[in-house]
Order: sequence, then structure tokens, then C-alpha cells
Amino acid sequence: MKAVLFLSEFYQLGLVLALLAASVAGQEEDRDPVWLPFVAWLGAAVAFGNLGARGMMFWDAYKVDALSQFFKLAISVGFAIAVTNAIRQPLLERAKRADYFMLMSFSALGLMLLSSCVELITIYVALELASYALYALIPLRAQDKRAAEAAIKYILFGAMVTALSLYGLSYIINGQHTTYIAELANKPWSVAASPMAVIGLTLFLAGFFYKLAMFPFHFWCPDVYQGTSNETAAYVATLPKLGAVVILVRLASILKPGLEITTILAVLGAASMTFGNLAALAQTDLKRLLGYSSVAHAGYVMLGLVSGTGIGMAAAAFYSLIYILMNLTCFWVICRIAKNGENVSLADLGGLYKKAPGLAFILAVSAFALVGLPPTAGFTGKLFLLSSAWDHGYNWLVIVAVLNTAISIYYYLNMVRHAYTTEAATEEPATAVPAYSMAFGAGLSAVLLLLGILPGPVYDLAVRAGLQILP
Amino acid sequence: MQDFGYPVLTSLIVLPLIAAAALAFFKSETAIRAFTFVVGLLECLLCLPLLHFDMTTADFQFVEKAAWLPQWGISYYLGADGISLYMILLSALLLPLCVLCSWTYIGKRIKEFHFCLLLMTTASVGVFAALDFVLFYIFWEALLVPMYLLIAVWGGPRRGYASIKFFLYTLAGSTLLLVAIVAFWKTTGTFSIPDLMTHSYSFRFQFWAFLAMALAFAIKVPMFPFHTWLPAAHVEAPSAGSVILAAVLIKMGAYGFMRFCLPLAPDASQYFAPMMIAISIASIIYGGFIALGQKDIKRLVAYSSVGHMGFVTLGIFLFNKAGIQGALLVMLNHGITTGALFMMIGTIYERSHSREIADNLGLGKFLPGFMFFWGVFALSSLGFPGTNSFVGELFVLVGAFYKSTWIGFLAVPGAMLAAAYMLRLSLKLAWGRPRASKSKFWPDLNTREWFYLAPMAILVFYIGLAPRLAIDALSPSIDKLVTVMQPKTAITYQIDIEKTANGG
Repeated sequence: MKAVLFLSEFYQLGLVLALLAASVAGQEEDRDPVWLPFVAWLGAAVAFGNLGARGMMFWDAYKVDALSQFFKLAISVGFAIAVTNAIRQPLLERAKRADYFMLMSFSALGLMLLSSCVELITIYVALELASYALYALIPLRAQDKRAAEAAIKYILFGAMVTALSLYGLSYIINGQHTTYIAELANKPWSVAASPMAVIGLTLFLAGFFYKLAMFPFHFWCPDVYQGTSNETAAYVATLPKLGAVVILVRLASILKPGLEITTILAVLGAASMTFGNLAALAQTDLKRLLGYSSVAHAGYVMLGLVSGTGIGMAAAAFYSLIYILMNLTCFWVICRIAKNGENVSLADLGGLYKKAPGLAFILAVSAFALVGLPPTAGFTGKLFLLSSAWDHGYNWLVIVAVLNTAISIYYYLNMVRHAYTTEAATEEPATAVPAYSMAFGAGLSAVLLLLGILPGPVYDLAVRAGLQILP
Repeated sequence: MQDFGYPVLTSLIVLPLIAAAALAFFKSETAIRAFTFVVGLLECLLCLPLLHFDMTTADFQFVEKAAWLPQWGISYYLGADGISLYMILLSALLLPLCVLCSWTYIGKRIKEFHFCLLLMTTASVGVFAALDFVLFYIFWEALLVPMYLLIAVWGGPRRGYASIKFFLYTLAGSTLLLVAIVAFWKTTGTFSIPDLMTHSYSFRFQFWAFLAMALAFAIKVPMFPFHTWLPAAHVEAPSAGSVILAAVLIKMGAYGFMRFCLPLAPDASQYFAPMMIAISIASIIYGGFIALGQKDIKRLVAYSSVGHMGFVTLGIFLFNKAGIQGALLVMLNHGITTGALFMMIGTIYERSHSREIADNLGLGKFLPGFMFFWGVFALSSLGFPGTNSFVGELFVLVGAFYKSTWIGFLAVPGAMLAAAYMLRLSLKLAWGRPRASKSKFWPDLNTREWFYLAPMAILVFYIGLAPRLAIDALSPSIDKLVTVMQPKTAITYQIDIEKTANGG
């Protein structure tokens, strides 16, 4: 009976094991799991079917509820898109492909586990599971030194933050004498009442800020995106953020508006969006640009988290889903136009409207979604965030957020401008994009538009998740 | 009386959208143009039921309402009243005319061009028809993208600069509008504009809401000193882009003032009125003087727009019937006249490949048809009696003198400046001595050009000579707007201000 609750995780674990088998079996040339996208999409279907599962497991440390199932669905959909995107990447030897995807699946498994954890030590273990795979994933880019550098940066920074996080955990245990979130929620969390626990929680959260690439834990982000392969960047830029958001939503019962710790969250959010957007203005490498843009988006999510209402949590959950879709759509185009898997700069977008009009359109949709322009999903997501945060003591954060939207227009629009109005530096033949690839990208952009026009059903799921945390 | 068997406003919004999607199936350039033109005519035909507008009521008519996001109380809510009716009609009318005036002007990427044109029609009808604040905002922002592309792809040599500037300015302004929308929703729990109008808000709330909304609208209008994007955008935009920019896009700002600022924040509007009137007069005088010194025809007309729109905002913030009536008429008339002038600049540019006044001298002898239309629209632009603009500006001036002799006195030079720069320009175009006699070989207007200028000229005289119809349709809505502004006398809002000062 209980195994049903665990269905998505079992499926993902099975996937990991299958890939492990594939990575050791047969000839080196055969280790190319071309079947993976189909199986991954099936996994998304499993997660969808398992949306209604509810229950507690493992001595109440593991909770299957509306929130966890919403995020598991988001993670498995994101994973399926990322896998479909990465399956034919040019800069990865065939022999390494099974290993590569095994690591990626492992990381997704960790994130799925993370979305159900309701106990701090379990959270920590799941987080590490999700991270370790990534440390090994990032350098896999055809003997590229930049990728190795990116991996070193990621692991050093990650190890540092993990240590901080553990150290914070010890303070929380010391101050509050429990690690269950449900019990922690009933304890006082003001600096005056329990200074040690507040410091501990702040340090503990650092681990998630790092995953989320929030200021001032964002330094790895642009470098890692730039160094690693386009396909890996698409994964690193999106799914781990879901893991961080789900934990921050879980902790929302602690982060009540007005508390010092919540204000810290709001201030970091404001700093994150402002810094991210300003830094992105000056970028010419598309992945770096998206790296800084993700720093900014991490800030936007804080709007929902600091509101202290179920609707706010729902808005944050909904936005993080939209965010991964927007980013994966954008990366989809980047991976298609990258010549031989190299990095793409703004100038490389020149003449895209002529070389591949479909890709140019998809890129435009994702860019306008990232700005938050109607009628894309980015707008609805942002509208929900702004409305949920207004009148909960953080109106200034709302104002900062909309002013930041104004800043961000420039660099997103720049992508569209290059794609549509400039000509290619050298006359090149039309970019050959396979029909299925184009259809998939078109599907992604259609989803972005559809969620902008009819967000109702998906938003309902998010609301159910949010209200369950804060009724 | 209002049931026509189909949802009128929705069909106006959806038809161009479907047509835009259908464009994908066309290959031949002529077929694309012809198809879009036919769609434009259809759009105008679909508008006809709107002429059954009931002129005796200020209520919204042709209302359509459907739940959209019930969790947030956002609905698909459309309707028209006297304030929006003519702008919807104008938006629809411009679609076929713009296709015609781009027939030879636009030579590349035809499909994308008409795609943008159709999307713009959808968005502009949507902006004026939306009665849900979120829906309004969606159309409001959605208009930017096709307009941006129109300038950035088919524009003049500095199109990159102009298009980015246009986009940044207008979007930056409207971000705070979104906050205002959210704040209204938090206070009342509804996004429906008619419902929002029934609530009353504290002065403190109105104060900030007014500022947030006014910034968005003032940039769009554009009011001095936020006007700098307009000349840049106009000069670089292709003909059709300029026409829509002048006739529809900048009207959205003035419409916003009338639809939102006055009814939703009446006390704050009263409070800020002196400032708004001062800025309006500054726009009129400034626009006029700068226009006087221009060498580029398009830039001159663009600055004249700043002046004309100054009359609109001036009229709105007089809070009397004549003023607001005048403002609405100037809005409509400026759309017709300036839209037509931009079309004409396009036609002459196709012949001379220059928009400099100096390159287009002495056309009277060789292009009599062109000069005939130019004369009509130029006289209309300076508010010559018998043409449409005269009626609107007269009303605004009457309202201004009614409010205070000083305001009227300050606004009158604007009208004289308009005569000065328009007559100077027309004089040179008609009788100037051409540098080289190239203009001898330019053909006069062809049938297609007659075809898209004639409707505008007819409207110029129709509204100029028989303004009754237009005024009658506007009256009930304006009466309602004026009554909203009246009950709060100067004394009560003085008290409100004191309360605010004391932290109330």
C-alpha cells in the first residue's frame, strides 16, 4: 500500500538503475540510451497519475502531500524536457552518455526526494544526493577545460555552503531541540526569543540560496553556465531551483511575515533581482546572460515566500514551474543553434529570423515570457506573485520587483532584437533543424502561451499545494 | 436592440488573431496583402453593429462577460461606452487603410509585417474594449511587441535606437501601473472596472494610485517631459507604424486618464489637476515651438502630436463638460488627421526617398492631387473652422476659459503655433522652389492612394461640419464622468489632505 506513495521515486530509481546497467553493459558504442526521452516522459505521466497520493512515511520524516506531488510532477516534466534536449548533444562521447544520463537522473531523484522531506536532516541528505550527481555532471563536456573549471567552482562553492548549512543545522538543533518542521513551526523564531536558532536557520537556508543562485550565493552561477555544455546548463539552470523552492515553501510555516528571518529573505530577494538584472545588462554570452537572469528570478520567487499566506506559496510554486519552462524553452533554442555545441553569443543570433524562423519565434516567446509580458505564462506567474505579496508588509519588495522588470526588458529584448533585426555576420545557409525538434520547441512555446491565457488548472494544483502548507 | 446574433467586440478582437494565424498558409506576397486587406474590410463590417450605439445612456454597451480566472476574480469582460466607442471604430478602420498605404512602401518580410499589423489591431481594440483591469493590462502590454517589431524591422536607419527607446520608455512606465492594479484588487477584491468605479478610496490610497497610473499614461500620451521617445519612434517607424502610433497607441494614454485616473482617483485627480494642466500647457507650447524649427516633415508632425495631445490632457483635467468633450474629440480628430498626414508623408517618401522639407519643395505644380489632400489635412491639423479639429480644440478652449481665464489665455498660443508650423510647411511643399527639378517626374497620387486617403478626408469634413453625431454619442458618458468629479468639492478634499498630513 505504502509503495504506491513512493511510485514516482521508485520509477526514477528504476531509471537510474537501468542507466547504470546500460553504462556497464555491452560495447562502448552501444552505451547511448536513445530510449531515455520516452521513458522520461512516461515518468512524467506516472508523476501525473500519482498527483493524488497522500501519506506519511519513515517515522514522519517523509510526507507525500499536495505540495510534494506538485513538485514531483514539475521535476519529472522538467527532467523529461531536459533529457529530450540533451539526448543528442554533440560534445559528449557516446561511451559516456549512459553515465551522463545516470547522473542526471540521480540528481532528479534527489530533488524528488527533497520535495517530500519534512525533517531537516532528511532534507540535508536529499539535498546532497541531488548535488553530488551535479558535481560529476558539469565537467562532462568533451575534454573542455572551461567545463572542468566550472565543475571545480561549483564543487568548491557547494562544499563551502554545505558546511555552512550543516553548521547552521547544529544551531537549530541546539536552540529548538527538534528537527521536524511541524514541531519547529510552533517554536518562537524571533531573534529576541531564540537568537541561536535564527542564526542557525539563516545559515541552513544558505544551502538553498546557493541552489537557487540567490545573491550573495550566486557567484558560481554565470561561470558554471558558461563553462558547462549547453545541455547541462539547461538542467543546472532549472531543476535544482525547484528543489530549493520546495524547501523554502515547506519552511514557510516558520517564515512568518515580520520576523527578522523573513525580512532577511525579502532583502536578499530585492538584492538578488536588482543585482542579477543589472549584471545581465552587460552580458554578451547567452548562457551567462541567462545565468544572471536566473539570479534575478530567484529574487522574484521571494515575493511569494515572504507573504506568509497559502496563496503566496502557491504563487511561488507556480512561478517556479513557469520559470523552468521558460528557461528550458530558451535553452532549447540555444542548444539547437549552437554550432557543434559551442557557446552562443548574442551576435550569433543575428539573422536567425532568416536561418530558422521557427526558432526565432520560439526564442521570442521565451524571452517575452522571461520579461513577464502578457499574454505569456511569465506574466500570469508574475501577476500572481505581485498580488500575493501586496499588503503583507512587503510592499516595497513589490515595487522593487516591478522596477526590476523594467530593467530586465533591455537584455531580454536584446535577444529578440538580435534574432529579428540584425543580419548574420557571415552569410550562412539555413540552420537545419529536424522537424521533431522544431515541433517540440513549438510545443514548449505553445505551453508558455497557453499557461498565460489559461493558467487555471495548473494554478489550482499549486493552490492546493500552497493551502496545505498555510491554510 | 443590442443583440446582433454574435458577440461584436469579441469578434473584432478574434478575427485579426485568426487571420494572423492563417497568414502562415499564404505564399504569394500579393495574396498576403489582399488577404489582410479583405480581413480589414471584414473587420470594418463587423464594426457596423457598434453604430447602433444607444446614445441616451452612460452604461457600458455590447457587454460580454465570462469568468476567466475565478480564483482571482479575473474575467473576460468587454464593453463600450461613449469614451471608447470611437477609438474602437478608428482602430478597426485603420487596418485596411494601413494595408493599402504599405502596399508598395513595405518591400521585405511581407508576411511578418501583416502579422504584426493584425496583432496590433487585436490589441488596440482589446485595450479600448476591456472592462477588466487585468485584461486591459494584457492588451496594453501586448500591443508593444508588434509595434516594437514594426519599428525595429521595417524602420529607418536609426531603427534600433528608436525601437528600444520606445519599448523601454513605455514598458517602464506601465510596470507601476501593474502595482496599482494589484493594489486596487487588494482593496476591493475585484478587477472589474465598472465595479471599481463604485467604490470610494481613501485619499492616501488615491494619491499613490494616481501617481502610479498617471506615470504610465503620461508616458504613453506622451506628456512633456516624457515625450522624447515619440519623435524618435515616429521618424523611424514605417508609414503604417506611424499611423497606428499616432492614431491608436498614444490615444491609449489619454483614454487611460479618462477611464481610470478620473473615476478611480477623483480626489487625487483634483489634487494633481493644477500640475497636470501646467504640464499640458507646457506640452502644447513646447511641442509647437519645437515643431516650428524642424527640417524633417515627419519629425515636425510628430512634435505637433505632442502639442495636440497636450490639448487632450488639458481638456481632461479641466473637469468640465466642454473640456472633456473637447478632449475626446481632439483624440478622435488627431487620430484621423495625423494618421492621414503620416500616410501622406509615406506616399511622398516613396517618391522622393527623403523626408526633408528641402527635398520635397514645390509639389503644387506637379502633384496637384497630393497637395489637395495635404491641404485638407494640414488645415485640419491646425484647427481650421469647418474641419474636424476645429470642433475639438474649440471645446477645449471653451472649457479652459470656463475654468479660468488664465488657463485659456495660456493655451491659445498653442493653436496659433499650430497654424504657424503647419502653414509654413505647407507653403514650402506647395510653392517652394525645388533644388533640382526631379519632382517633375514624380507621378501624382494613384488610385490606391486616393482610396486610402479619401475616407480620412471624408471624416475630416464630416466631423467638421456635422459634429452633432459624435458629440451626442459622447455626452452621457461625459456627464457621468463630470458628475463623478463634482460631488467632492474643494472643501472636502482639503479635509482629506489635512487628514493625510496628520497620518490618517
